[in-house]
Amino acid sequence: MSTDMKKAPASGGAGESGGGASDGPLLEVRDLRKHFPVHAGLLRRQVATVKAVDGVSFSVGKGETLGLVGESGCGKTTTGRMIMRLEDPTSGSISFEGREISGLSSGQMRPLRRDIQMIFQDPYSSLNPRKTVGSIVGAPFHLQNIETPQGVKKAVQELLELVGLNPEHYNRYPHEFSGGQRQRIGIARTLALKPKLIVADEPVSALDVSIQAQVVNLLEDLQNELGLTYVVIAHDLSVVRHISDRVAVMYLGRIVEVADQADLYTRPKHPYTTALLSAVPIPDPAARDDRARIRLTGDVPSPLNPPPGCPFHTRCWKAQDVCRTEVPPLADTAPGHAVACHFPVPDPVPGP
Amino acid sequence: MSEAEPAVPEPSSPPEEGRRPFLEVADLRIHFPTDDGLVKSVDGLSFAVERGRTLGIVGESGSGKSVTSLGILGLHNRKNARVSGEIWLNGKELVSADPDDVRRLRGRDMAMIFQDPLSSMHPFFTVGAQIVEAYRIHNDVSKKVARKHAIDMLGRVGIPTPDKRVDDYPHQFSGGMRQRAMIAMALSCDPELLIADEPTTALDVTVQAQILDLLRDLQREFNSAIIMITHDLGVVAELADDVLVMYGGRCVEYGGVDDMFHRPLHPYTWGLLGSMPRLDRARSERLMPVKGAPPSLINLPSGCAFHPRCAYAELTCGLSETEVPELRVELEPTHRAACHLDAAERRRVWDAEIRPKL
Repeated sequence: MSTDMKKAPASGGAGESGGGASDGPLLEVRDLRKHFPVHAGLLRRQVATVKAVDGVSFSVGKGETLGLVGESGCGKTTTGRMIMRLEDPTSGSISFEGREISGLSSGQMRPLRRDIQMIFQDPYSSLNPRKTVGSIVGAPFHLQNIETPQGVKKAVQELLELVGLNPEHYNRYPHEFSGGQRQRIGIARTLALKPKLIVADEPVSALDVSIQAQVVNLLEDLQNELGLTYVVIAHDLSVVRHISDRVAVMYLGRIVEVADQADLYTRPKHPYTTALLSAVPIPDPAARDDRARIRLTGDVPSPLNPPPGCPFHTRCWKAQDVCRTEVPPLADTAPGHAVACHFPVPDPVPGP
Repeated sequence: MSEAEPAVPEPSSPPEEGRRPFLEVADLRIHFPTDDGLVKSVDGLSFAVERGRTLGIVGESGSGKSVTSLGILGLHNRKNARVSGEIWLNGKELVSADPDDVRRLRGRDMAMIFQDPLSSMHPFFTVGAQIVEAYRIHNDVSKKVARKHAIDMLGRVGIPTPDKRVDDYPHQFSGGMRQRAMIAMALSCDPELLIADEPTTALDVTVQAQILDLLRDLQREFNSAIIMITHDLGVVAELADDVLVMYGGRCVEYGGVDDMFHRPLHPYTWGLLGSMPRLDRARSERLMPVKGAPPSLINLPSGCAFHPRCAYAELTCGLSETEVPELRVELEPTHRAACHLDAAERRRVWDAEIRPKL
């Protein structure tokens, strides 16, 4: 079976690194940074900076799905929140449909919120328990003063049906639904204004395995039906592989590798990516012994005090002197495959 | 088909021959009476684990896997939980035992690694103090000796500079280190039975791999029996010797790990396998989820609890809606499943319809 059967429908150039599409990428992020100041002491003086995101660049074409993976604390959620402008970037640019949005005020952002929406991780805390499903899913219409031809109720019922919920559950409250159903309610709310870009932050990680698959399939169906563009933030490498066209791997606030899904998983170039892939448990007991395992030692360094040079050098088995002093730039090693490493893993690699 | 279920299934050896297995759970039932009705969290569960072996218990949330583990440790409040059945640990029966006796076993003979290390360690005491406390309860030693033992344990689980970190508080540890400290605490008295309840769920994959390696090494060293409770089939495939799949408080399939992954017998197990995107296979077009949602334990579906979600339920001519299927030995002598469908028919479905799509 071809690994690339799932193709985005909307635009032809979706597989390229964004520049290939005729009308440019939908979202382009350049050198995005977010530094959180740390205050301490009686006078609340700034004593340090947490460089949560430190120079991230990527682009997402129309109809494409970009997966953003990394361990906790690597800055993937902060990146997603900056795209949504829930967090103000310290520096860098975010351009959406060619328009710079990183400096817009919240008033200027409001009309754009129709086009950029977010799916949240926790289906329990992201829905107001005191509102009915109808008013939760219908809220975007009221907030944006959007006329719906046959009334908000009808529009909401159509949305509920679209995400596979019973439209008659319009008047129920979130607690009456299971986790998977709540996530569907969140997705219906996200879809209400027909957004162009959806940032999904760990959309399935809070769900049971069997429900996870339902929601993953739903996200794919909706993409095919509505031509959506996704930025999927997740830590589960197998889910990201399944859903993404391109994948960016983050480590300590930076992107260390970005490539097409098939390329990244079969020919990872960054030592961190290879380690990450080899750490995923494979659901096949026969594969227990004959896997080439790379075990990283230690933990991710604190972003308060990142190591100089390549952020990964403290855990890298290939690290040399240059890694300790110089930050490797994110550079193309093959078309559409960029790696930030002084000594990328050569082809072919022993991988899972 | 085969004979009816023996009272005590044992995957490794035939029942009632000589000694009992190290841990044997027979017809365990844990029910909670509530205002809304009786919650049968665990309803007739039987399994056995030998020393040096690992049993993986798999199931979705609310399937009763954590309640089972707490039941073995005797951590349910007898005022609001009804526990029946038998739990034999090393020749001692625990369900009918005096709670004080069970308390003496807890920590020394059996220990538990909890899911969330941040909420299961006391934030007010140093990590070292918590390990020392556990050790001194069961061993009559001085504080100094216990502290040295705590440092040893922390070093053993791979915490760097344990002689310094022993005086740190839990919040000064990272997630992976906290889980290691928890494992150190659980292992401080060399327990023969270790129950790990989702020990790696809160961790990143690279740290998860470290913890799984650690558990494997420690098992080799201490020859302990491990019960690994998880929803991640990948973790089970890495670590377990036997696998028990739970659904709605009952065991639906129980067998060796190879059988479970290569010749699963229950449609629910098929569903779990089809729900996971897999890194070791070519990317599939679509996942094959189980339809519907896990049932509520207050109001379990009649008959086979899985029948509303089972794609093959109608093949049983209504039997699945009226009768609870028994856990029966099928084909292999140690592989059991609770399903009304004819075993040969299921074999055919697995070979023809399910396996090619995984």
